[in-house]
Amino acid sequence: MVQILFFSLIREQLNTDKLSLSLPSPGITLQAFTEHLIDTHDAQWREVLTSANIIKAVNQRVVDDDCCLADGDEIAFFPPVTGG
Amino acid sequence: MNLDNVSVSVQLQDFDVSAEIQRLRNQSAQVGAVASFVGVVRDINDDQTISILELEHYPGMTEKSIAEIIVMAADRWQLIGVRVIHRVGKLLPTDQIVLVAVTSMHRGEAFAACEFIMDYLKTRAPFWKKEQTATGARWVDARSTDQTAADRWKQSD
Repeated sequence: MVQILFFSLIREQLNTDKLSLSLPSPGITLQAFTEHLIDTHDAQWREVLTSANIIKAVNQRVVDDDCCLADGDEIAFFPPVTGG
Repeated sequence: MNLDNVSVSVQLQDFDVSAEIQRLRNQSAQVGAVASFVGVVRDINDDQTISILELEHYPGMTEKSIAEIIVMAADRWQLIGVRVIHRVGKLLPTDQIVLVAVTSMHRGEAFAACEFIMDYLKTRAPFWKKEQTATGARWVDARSTDQTAADRWKQSD
């Protein structure tokens, strides 16, 4: 299983704060996994998860789409940060 | 820098700047300089009156990313101690949001490291602000000027 977290505007747009899923295949890239999430949800998910400025983190570190996922990973989607 | 002298908190409660600075000064008699920055909630942003500012964060990643920023600062400057506090939850205009306080032997290091930590925190630590205005709630957009401020530190490498 992997844990998927959504924050801020993304969480509100998807009306979801977290999900637990099995990886469709071991070693799948984050890009392919994001496509899998989009394919298994409604059209709004495509719009939100493919937005240009979305940031993705795996195990609490910002990563690129070609990052490979493993069982137990924590994956997060969020907009640009605005703290301070 | 001794990592025992580094402390990061993400918390709902307010903080006492004087007490935090006193604690940093008590860490070492070598401290010759203390630089601190306090961020405060403004009552106006982008021409709209703000009634409440709500801060969300990514628990775990927030603390980790701030700790990494402090390690980067300690690689660049000779520091003695660093204290970072960032508040989350509902805040009101004039409330304190964030404290970055840095101690060193001389002022140059403390000033530079304090600004560096703040610039990187603004662009890397996973916090998000939502404003309540007279016309409703809105998520604050990231500012390109914040990214420009953080990028300055790369150019001087």
